[in-house]
Amino acid sequence: MANMAQAIRMALHHGEKNLGVTDIFGEDVGAPLGGAFTATQGLETAWNSPLDERGIISTAIGLGLAGDRCVAEIQFCDYIFNTIDLLKIAGNMLWTSNGQYNMPIVVMTPVGAGIRGSVYHSHSFDSWATRLPGWKVVMPSNPLDAYGLMVSAIKDPNPVLFLKPKALLRVRGEELIPGEPDEKTLKSMIDAPIGDRSKWKARWPDLGEFEVPIGKGKIVREGTDITVVSYGRTLPLCVKAANEMSEHGRSVEVIDLRSMYPYDWSMIRDSVRKTGRVLFVNEDTEVTNFGEHLAYRVTQELFYELQARPRVLAGKNLPGIGLHPNLEEASVPHLEDIMHELELVLSEVP
Amino acid sequence: MRPTQVAKSKAKAPAKPAMKAGVKAPAKGHTKTAGKEAKVAKASKDRALTLLPKAQVLEMMDLMVKSRVLEERLIKVYKAGDAFFWIGGPGEEAFGVPLGLLVDRGQGSSHDYLHLHYRGTPTLIAMGMSYIDSIRLIMNRATDPSTGGRNFANHYCYPEWNVVPVGSPIEVQYGMAIGTAISQRRLKMKKQKSGVTIVTGGDAGSAEGDFASCLIWSSRPEKELPLYITVQNNKWGISTPYAEQHGEKNVADRGKAFGIRTNVVNGNDPIESYFQIQGDLDYIKKNTRPVLTEFQVSRLYGHSSASGANRENGDDPIELFEKRLVDSKYVKPGFVKELWTKYDIESREISDVVRAEAGPMKDTIWDHVYANNENADWRKF
Repeated sequence: MANMAQAIRMALHHGEKNLGVTDIFGEDVGAPLGGAFTATQGLETAWNSPLDERGIISTAIGLGLAGDRCVAEIQFCDYIFNTIDLLKIAGNMLWTSNGQYNMPIVVMTPVGAGIRGSVYHSHSFDSWATRLPGWKVVMPSNPLDAYGLMVSAIKDPNPVLFLKPKALLRVRGEELIPGEPDEKTLKSMIDAPIGDRSKWKARWPDLGEFEVPIGKGKIVREGTDITVVSYGRTLPLCVKAANEMSEHGRSVEVIDLRSMYPYDWSMIRDSVRKTGRVLFVNEDTEVTNFGEHLAYRVTQELFYELQARPRVLAGKNLPGIGLHPNLEEASVPHLEDIMHELELVLSEVP
Repeated sequence: MRPTQVAKSKAKAPAKPAMKAGVKAPAKGHTKTAGKEAKVAKASKDRALTLLPKAQVLEMMDLMVKSRVLEERLIKVYKAGDAFFWIGGPGEEAFGVPLGLLVDRGQGSSHDYLHLHYRGTPTLIAMGMSYIDSIRLIMNRATDPSTGGRNFANHYCYPEWNVVPVGSPIEVQYGMAIGTAISQRRLKMKKQKSGVTIVTGGDAGSAEGDFASCLIWSSRPEKELPLYITVQNNKWGISTPYAEQHGEKNVADRGKAFGIRTNVVNGNDPIESYFQIQGDLDYIKKNTRPVLTEFQVSRLYGHSSASGANRENGDDPIELFEKRLVDSKYVKPGFVKELWTKYDIESREISDVVRAEAGPMKDTIWDHVYANNENADWRKF
């Protein structure tokens, strides 16, 4: 099974070979490193940029204006904040030009906690990202979806922000990408060797066409008592919580949203109509959190079908994630937090 | 149209300008002219004028006046209450017009890209933009070909000429220019026809980090970009004098640290500007390397309507050029006044036409959020 970094790498290779990607770039994206998380190793069009986040995003915009296809990386989303105005420009380019210049670019960046990254390697960006109209925003929770979402992002004529849950980048999936070889063979083909890499070239497996449509969620676990909606790093935690709850007779339906914008409202709506209860889980800070928008919509459109108040479980509204494990664990949702919140919603009597 | 580009609503591209680019700068001391022009030159002593055919010199004068009259009309439109805001660049005609004449117009990386700031009217006029396009923009009409009534005056957009959308944030265009220049370098390395990326901006904005990004990215060893970095130094940043905020004598000096060829030019002289731009573009095309040229220009109506948009003191490049032409007997006194009157009448008549046109409809706000008008309204997800 590929891990998520390998899956992204293979999708990018598919992009440069078959979808017209001309540039995959950012800090340490090219040889010899191939990305801080190895997601760009061995790619023919990958190159290193100056240590300049604004330069990276504005160059991506320029390439998009020229009609070239690029995937730009900000090494950690903690460092994307000084490009906010440029992200806004990329998102409004088509609109302000009254339909004359679209912006077919992909920006990918690792997000979230979970690697003891301290204050500037643990930020989330999903809530910020959903406040950038004109962009599409996706975040996979497993390698198969990472592959399929990246292929869709590259094909999309709009700017797409591809958020990589950094704590899951080394995690292997349970489903194979079509055509994916076994784990050992894959590693020998596409993982750069330790040491001198100057003569190394990746050998790419022949993968079949696979896309995950942007805007489509996935029910990863069916249930009848409560719906939990999540994405990225907290998704597998929600699945784990659902499994544990099932041992106590609770039936939890888990939706992997996969796309934050546009989002799969019909999937959420149908599930909440069935269960009457919903919990939204993510790790971005809790005030003006994207989950609050979803909870608002559920309240507005499904109020008389609810059995309990919708709840949002998110990261604490703190200026950073502290380095010590005690601090990190107290700052972002964990398995116990999710189970506790599920119990609260389930125990509420209408 | 680019393969990924959605359909545009613009009706028609303006006609090509009457004057074509391509006049080579003669060597220093060159005095060779033809027939009557040689006699004129001998009489005038203004040898710089003779470096271009007389018809071209007069065309340049015509376009400078045409641009100025338009800018003044835009200000009148604002003051009459027919626009919410004016911003522009009257006083920069002697730089902008030559630039517009020398640009390789077209779409895609095989032609020049223009990353303009909001003082680009002279360049667009020289490229062939019609008055009505600009007046529709400032009056935010649905017919506005640049933004469909969504943005300010001088925020032009012409994909068919590689004029990418002008934005309001200061200096971001210097960063975006890197991307189009990379695309052009790629063509050049493949031995295909490729253009130059041209970026314009102000002196005050050069304090933004994007200006430094442009210098750094365009001069990376063995990855140098065909990028023409220009600065129109009018010595002001809104209300703040350049001298108060900048220790460097010239903005262009900053390019030297990166091995970039730099120049400081009198941007109030259209002949000097013309040959400087032409030489710079030739150098960039030949060497695939950037050039940074600072054009020292005038700001004759302040920053924008926010500061009143009233006439201020300063060298007027049109008056200066007219005097040269009269002194050199290229034209008679009153030549410019005649042009001015003609264009003023034209601009007023067009303003009347545009005033009667409709603004964009309310139900169009969701148009073009996404390509192909894919729904972006969450209420409809």
